[in-house]
Parts: sequence; structure tokens; C-alpha cells
Amino acid sequence: MSFDVVVIDYGIGNLYSVRRAFEACGANVVLTDDPALIVSAPRLVLPGVGAFADGMRGLIERGLDSVVREYAKSGKPLVGICLGMQMLATVSMEFGEHRGLNLIPGKVVRIPSTTMEGAPHKIPHIAWEALVRPDSIQTWDNTILANTKPGATMYHVHSFTVVPDDDAHRLADCYYNGRQISSVIRMGNVYGCQFHPEKSGRAGLALLKRFLEMS
Amino acid sequence: MSTIRLIGRLDIKGPNLIKGIHLEGLRVIGDPQEFARKYYEQGIDELVYMDIVASLYGRNSLHDIIRSAAHDVFVPLTVGGGIRSVDDAREILRAGADKVAINTAAVKRPDLIREIAHVFGSQCMVLSIEAKCQAKDRWEVYTDNGRERTGLDVVEWAKRAVGLGAGEILLTSVDQEGTRKGFDCDLVRAVSDSVSVPVIASGGMGTVEHLKQVVTDGHADAVAMADILHYNRSTLAEIRSSAAALGVSVRSDEL
Repeated sequence: MSFDVVVIDYGIGNLYSVRRAFEACGANVVLTDDPALIVSAPRLVLPGVGAFADGMRGLIERGLDSVVREYAKSGKPLVGICLGMQMLATVSMEFGEHRGLNLIPGKVVRIPSTTMEGAPHKIPHIAWEALVRPDSIQTWDNTILANTKPGATMYHVHSFTVVPDDDAHRLADCYYNGRQISSVIRMGNVYGCQFHPEKSGRAGLALLKRFLEMS
Repeated sequence: MSTIRLIGRLDIKGPNLIKGIHLEGLRVIGDPQEFARKYYEQGIDELVYMDIVASLYGRNSLHDIIRSAAHDVFVPLTVGGGIRSVDDAREILRAGADKVAINTAAVKRPDLIREIAHVFGSQCMVLSIEAKCQAKDRWEVYTDNGRERTGLDVVEWAKRAVGLGAGEILLTSVDQEGTRKGFDCDLVRAVSDSVSVPVIASGGMGTVEHLKQVVTDGHADAVAMADILHYNRSTLAEIRSSAAALGVSVRSDEL
């Protein structure tokens, strides 16, 4: 059977919507926790919602943490979504300190509970936010955002945010009451999206479609 | 200011999209899937489905409706009505929902909030509150579509539920619901200023001016609307552009 993308099924989250969104982009999608299928995938998606420690445990119990690390070395496109993005980082401070996959060096920290002006604001951060290209990034050409324009809005829902060690790994940001949030991070072939492209309407589908064109 | 979410609220009875006044006197509007697709095409930010007789009959009939919606509609889906356990929640999330909204079952057993937040994350656990005004600045929690009193104070209950792990609050004013006379801004502000999580104002939107009021005076983080959309009184694009013109921060759906 030929397929375009594998979505890792490790017992967490609403995978039906991820599958449907890729199918709406014309893709053949496989949901699996089978290491052999994952390794053979032309493109890999690491989804996830919920707590960081639960997500990592779900991967480790199935022996998939090392499989994802190996996949990243293959050079084929890999994207983590929401918690899947956060698990790409080195360490998370959510309910204690937990080690991540360390594919993009960085920390997962709580979103500041105040605005830039110091007023309290709502956490979780639940909003459609416009993507901003950081000054350090010249262009989104040849990246997962090649079909995305700055200002396109995506659905974010999270209480924690990834802070990459190297600013160069911040491909797109958004701002929550002035607080900078990493919306898309990237190191080589490995990408992370804090938002849910499968829940971000046409703009989200355009991003997934672009991911399917990458190799 | 962050962007305000514009949410389509679909009250469901059996296979039908319905609309009531004060959550009663229900009128059939049509096929929920048709409306969901239309609102998605128009650029809705989110959809909320409420099975409005589920807790009365002790069942939830939304699975097929949600499965169909998740097939075609790529925005967040929240589902409420008749969810009484972690297993009920899991089943509806598997069908394609992103969040569950809980009212009656949480009032009966508040620990359900903690359990759902623990298993699926707080972002998944929406507390649904049906509020009726009792006196100035005092509102009581109702269940079963505004029929049953609980004796709970709305603000106290909201604070307690957030402490237990609710990640969002869907706050419906039974008094204003279906009236098109505007939101209960005092209610929304009282709750929104008392909790750290986002509050969705529901019930009473007749005009975009009402939306502006509940955001600026009521401190709402999101706004649920039903009959302004169902009866084609405005398209979402009109609501979006009028809201922006009134200074409400909404997302641009153009890119």
C-alpha cells in the first residue's frame, strides 16, 4: 500500500480530525504505532494534546521515542502538532521537569500569566492568532510555511510554550497580549506547530497541503 | 488585546438543529450538517453543539452528527449535553470533538471536572453554566436547560470548577437566551473577572453592537451566537467586519 503521510497513534487526542484534514488535502493517511510503518513513512506527523508527561510516556511505552529520533535523522519531513511540537524540545517544566525528544533544543515553559503591561490575562491561551515572521528569518520559501502568508491566522490552544535555545529555530511567532509565542519552530527537516492546522480552516489546510509536497 | 473568537452555537434535538427562547419553546431550524458547513465556509472560528434534551432523557445522540461535522469542518468542535463520565467524553472525542462541555453531570459530581481534565487535559474540559439572575449581581446555576435550580452561586461555582481543572467556561444567560436583546454583560463580567480561564458569552446576541458590549463591558473572551446566523440576519463576514469597525479585535479570515 502506498501512503503519503503517517500519523503516530500513541493513544492520545482526536486523531480523526488530523486524518480527515490530510484526506481533504488528497492524501492517503495511515494512523499507526507500528515502528516499521513509521520508519517507512515519506512524511511523519507527531500529534498530541494533554499533559507533556503523559504524551512522553505514551511514546516511551510503545518504544516510539527512539523511532521518532531515528526518523528525524533520515532527513524526511517531520512535524509535531501542539503537544507533539512541545515534545520535540529538550525539557518541559509542566508539572515538574520532564525530558523531551530533544530534536529542537529548547524549553517548554508556562505562558506568562500577565500581559506585557502587567495586567492578568487568560490561560489557557485560546485564540486564532496571526503568524508573524521573526526578523531573524528572511523568508518562508522552501519551508512548511511556503504557502502561508504572514498574517494568516491559526487556532492556538495551550498553556505552555516552546522557547528554542537558538532564536534561529523560531520560524513563526504570534503575540498574545504582547507576549511572544513560538507558533512554528524548525530545525532542518523537523518542524513543530503550536497551533492545530487541522482546526485552522483553509489556512491550516494550506499548510498541511504544503507539508504533503515536501520530501 | 487578543482576538475574540466568534463561535456558532448549534442546539440539537434528535437529528435537528433547533432554536428556543430562554432555552425553551423549541423550533426546528434544519439539518445541523448543512448549517455547520455553511458557517465553516463563511469562516466561523469554532462550533459548539449542545444536545439540549440529552440530560433530560439520560442520553447523548450527537455522535453521528459530530462524526459528520468532523468529516467536513476544520475548526474546533465543542460538544455538550448528556456527558456524564470520562468514557462518555472519550467516545465523543473519538467521534471528532475537540472539547466537551459539561453542566448537569458536573453539578451532580464536581470531581468529574477533575477526572476529565486529568485524562484529556484542561483545554478539553469546558464548564457549561446556565445562569439565571436572582437579584442585582447575583445569579444562580441551573441545569436541564434552565429548568432545575441548583442553589449554587454562578461566580462561586465558576471559581470552584476552574480550581478543579475546567479550562474554559461557556456561560449562557437563560434570561437573555433567544431574546436578541443583548447579553447579560454584568453576569459575563462577574464571571470573567473572577476566573483565570477564557469565558464564552452565550445568549442574547441580536446585533453586532451587543457583541461589542459583551467584549468591552462584559470582558468576554469569546462570543457564541445562534439565531443571528440561523435566521440569516447577518452573515459571518458582515459580523466580522462590523465588529472590527466597532473596534473589537477579531481575526481576519482573508489569508
